[in-house]
Amino acid sequence: MGTTRTIEIAVGLFVAAGLAALFMLAMKVSNLANYTGDDGYTITARFDNIGGLKVRSPVSASGVRVGQVVDIEYDSEGYEARVIMSIDPEYDKFPVDTGASVLTSGLLGEQFIGLQPGAEEEFLKSGSEIELTQSALVLEQIIGQFLYSMAEE
Amino acid sequence: MLFDRLQSLGQKSLSSVQRLGRGHIFLLQVLPAMQGMLFRPSLLIRQMYSVGVQTLLIIVVAGLFVGMVIALQAYNALVDFGAEDSVSVMVVLSLLRELGPVVTALLFAGRAGSALTAEIGLMKATEQLSGMEMMAVNPIERVVAPRFLAGFISMPLLAAIFSAVGVMGGYLVAVELLGLDAGAFWSQAIAKVDLYHDLANGMIKSAVFGFVVVWIAVFEGYDCVPTSEGLGQATTRTVVHSSLAILGLDFVLTALMFNE
Repeated sequence: MGTTRTIEIAVGLFVAAGLAALFMLAMKVSNLANYTGDDGYTITARFDNIGGLKVRSPVSASGVRVGQVVDIEYDSEGYEARVIMSIDPEYDKFPVDTGASVLTSGLLGEQFIGLQPGAEEEFLKSGSEIELTQSALVLEQIIGQFLYSMAEE
Repeated sequence: MLFDRLQSLGQKSLSSVQRLGRGHIFLLQVLPAMQGMLFRPSLLIRQMYSVGVQTLLIIVVAGLFVGMVIALQAYNALVDFGAEDSVSVMVVLSLLRELGPVVTALLFAGRAGSALTAEIGLMKATEQLSGMEMMAVNPIERVVAPRFLAGFISMPLLAAIFSAVGVMGGYLVAVELLGLDAGAFWSQAIAKVDLYHDLANGMIKSAVFGFVVVWIAVFEGYDCVPTSEGLGQATTRTVVHSSLAILGLDFVLTALMFNE
């Protein structure tokens, strides 16, 4: 072992390297950089069927991620799924007639909510509800419809 | 004959329960002795050097190669589905959640844990520990507590370094060797990896493993039979028991943390 000074320097470097590694992992590969916690505004949307949508699924507009799903509940009065999503505060210019649909990325990818902006002058704000929604496409139903239309011909 | 068998079975069970009890009492003696470190931080620094800094090389090399291998294998599996951009997700998640904490802890038990047992055991065998007691120096405070705390602090830092180097290794293979897009590599990881759910839980795992490994290591050293044979057995037991404890605890922690 070297002198006390070199040992102390080595330990200092070790601790600094450990903290730097932690910092690099947090910034570079986790969602800290675009973490949408409580600072976003929340909007809700009702869907007949949300398919495989989950909490923390992305919300995107034109393919750009603008927020995430924070809660999903079943509305037993309207027999619908109620999806609550948090939108980043920098994207606060969605018209009130914006539509929301449950989409799938790729053929077998994960599901997300796509927003299609409308044309109204007023913008969605915290607590607003999206009226125009389109449910998830369920593969079994599509195949069923296809077979049904084939049988009719 | 039957009673002899029964007697030896009973004897073995009793002695293993006794060892378990001694281990817990030992832990209760070590934890209050930590406060002595406030006045002698140099003891902690010296142990951090031998436990942490000297383990760094094997951790960095292992992390680099583990990351590179996962990237290669993930690429081979995912390219058939056209999902090779998800290589980074596989590399980062498997490193942060499982391999980072577990492989670091296994290497740590082999490299640092066995050294701690041998060091303390040899001090006991050469009667240095009783010598300290004669001089009214508490050996738990002077010898055991600094090693314990140094291991407990070093383990999460080593796991973080392991994971970070592993991600670098995965990046090297995926982007430089296999020609994936660098932007897709990082953005896929950022989209799928959660700070609290993945990174923080992995760090909690590594802290738990660090605690268990140093506890087993210093206890085996302190409790060993003070002969050269007993010392060898104690060192072996440290590696075997802490490896088993790590793997068993990993299952329990994974079931608690990632069971959705």
